[in-house]
Amino acid sequence: MTGTPPGIGALRARTEAALGEAARAWLDKAATEAASGDTGNQQTPAPWELRFAEAGRRCGTEHADDARIVLLHAARADTPTLTRLYEQGAAAERRAVLAALPHLVPGPDALPLVEDALRTNDTRLVAAAVGPYAAEHLPPHHWRHAVLKCLFTGVPVDAVAGLAARARGDAELARMLGDYAHERTAAGRAVPDDLRRVLALTTPPNPEAEES
Amino acid sequence: MRIFDPHIHMTSRTTDDYEAMYAAGVRAIVEPSFWLGQPRTSPASFFDYFDALLGWEPFRAAQYGIAHHCTLALNPKEANDPRCTPVLDALPRYLVKDNVVAVGEIGYDSMTPAEDTALAAQLQLAATHELPALVHTPHRDKLAGLHRTLDVVRESDLPLDHVLIDHLNETTVKAAKDAGCWLGFSVYPDTKMDEERMVAILSEYGPEQVLVNSAADWGRSDPLKTRKVADAMLKAGFTEDDVDRVLWRNPVAFYGLSGRLVLDVPGTDATHEGNSILRGGA
Repeated sequence: MTGTPPGIGALRARTEAALGEAARAWLDKAATEAASGDTGNQQTPAPWELRFAEAGRRCGTEHADDARIVLLHAARADTPTLTRLYEQGAAAERRAVLAALPHLVPGPDALPLVEDALRTNDTRLVAAAVGPYAAEHLPPHHWRHAVLKCLFTGVPVDAVAGLAARARGDAELARMLGDYAHERTAAGRAVPDDLRRVLALTTPPNPEAEES
Repeated sequence: MRIFDPHIHMTSRTTDDYEAMYAAGVRAIVEPSFWLGQPRTSPASFFDYFDALLGWEPFRAAQYGIAHHCTLALNPKEANDPRCTPVLDALPRYLVKDNVVAVGEIGYDSMTPAEDTALAAQLQLAATHELPALVHTPHRDKLAGLHRTLDVVRESDLPLDHVLIDHLNETTVKAAKDAGCWLGFSVYPDTKMDEERMVAILSEYGPEQVLVNSAADWGRSDPLKTRKVADAMLKAGFTEDDVDRVLWRNPVAFYGLSGRLVLDVPGTDATHEGNSILRGGA
C-alpha cells in the first residue's frame, strides 16, 4: 500500500469530530471491518459493504458521504469493488463512490462510473461526477459536455473541479458556450451567470506572457 | 378541433391526463420510446418497456378514445452504455409490429462514437423496414448536433423526407427545413419552445412539414401544449385549416409513411391481459 492519499486523514478526523459518540463508535467499528480484507461479490456483499449502505442511518445524512468515503478508503476498495458498489448503490452511495475516486483510483479505470453519472439528470450525481477525478481524467469532449450539463441542469459550476485550469484556452468549449448563449437569447431567455463566468475562463493565456 | 400529438410519453402520465387531452381535442398520439430518468442496465428492461408501449399503453389510451402508436429505438443516451447496446440486435423483431410507426427517438445526446454507431445503425433499420425516423436534436450543443445528424442521415439509405427532426428552435429550424426534413417542435412550460415563439416560427417559416408536440413526460411538462399552440395560432390570425394542417394532417402524413397508422380507435373490452385501469377491477 502506498500510504494515505492526501486529504483522507483530515477527512476522517473531521468526520469523527462531527459525529456523536454512538455514530463515531459505529464508524470506527465499521472501518475496522472494512480494513479486515473481507471482499464481497455480486451475490454476497462483505459485511463492511452493508455498513457502507447503512451509513446514512448511522451517521446522519449530513455526514453520510464522508463516512462512506472513510469506509471505502479503509477497505482500499479497488475499481471492480467500487463499480459494484456504484451499480448496486442508491443515489447517495453512488455519490460517495464518485467522491472517493480521487483517493482510490490512480488511473482512468473508473471513468465509466463518471460517465454513467453524467448521463443521469440527477443533479446530486452530476455534481459529484465533476470532481477532481473527472478534472484529471475525463477526456476533453466529455469534459466539455459535463460543463454544459451543469449549466443545463443548474448545477453550480463551482462544483466543477479544476474548472479554470481546464477551461483556459479551450476554444471548442468557448464555441459551445457561445452557441448556447445564442440559443438562449434567440428564445428570449436569460443567459445564466455561470455561462458568462466559464466563457470568461476560456480566454487563452496572454500571448505576450508566453513570448520572449 | 382534432389534435394529433406526435410525441408524448404517456407511460409517465396519468389517466387524468388522458381525460384532459381528449377534452382538449386530442384524438391520436405517438409515444416514442425514450430514457426513463433512471438509466436502465440490461436489454430485458427495454423489452418489457417496448412491450408496454405495444400493449398496455394503447389499451389505456383507447379507454379514453385516443389512438396510440409508438416509435421504438435505443435512445442515444443509453446507447453509450455497453450493457444496453444489445437492444440494437433485437430491434428488427419489434420493428415489424403493427403499431410501430417509426424508428425513434434516435439522434445525439453527447455526440460520442457510440452514439454515431447507434444512429447510423438505426437509420439503416428504418430504411430496411420502410419506416420513417424520429430524430431528436440534443439538448447540449444543439446546432452542431443538428449538422452532424443531417450528415449521418445523408450517408444513410433513409431519404431526408422520411426524417422528422425534433426539438427544433429558432437556431436550428432553418438548417432542418433546407435539408428537406419534417420539422418537429416540442412546446414546454419553461424549456424548449413556448406557444408564442412557436407562432412566430410558423409565421416566419410557414406551416408546411411542421409538427408540434408536447413531449410531455416525467419532467415538468404539459400534455395540453398542443391545444395551447392551436389556440395561440388562431389568436394570431392563422386559419382553422392551418391549425388542422399543423396539428393533424402533418403528423398523419409523416407517420402515415409507415403505412401502419390506424386512426379509428378500436373498441376495447375493459381489461388488458386480465388487468383493468379501473381500480378495484380485475
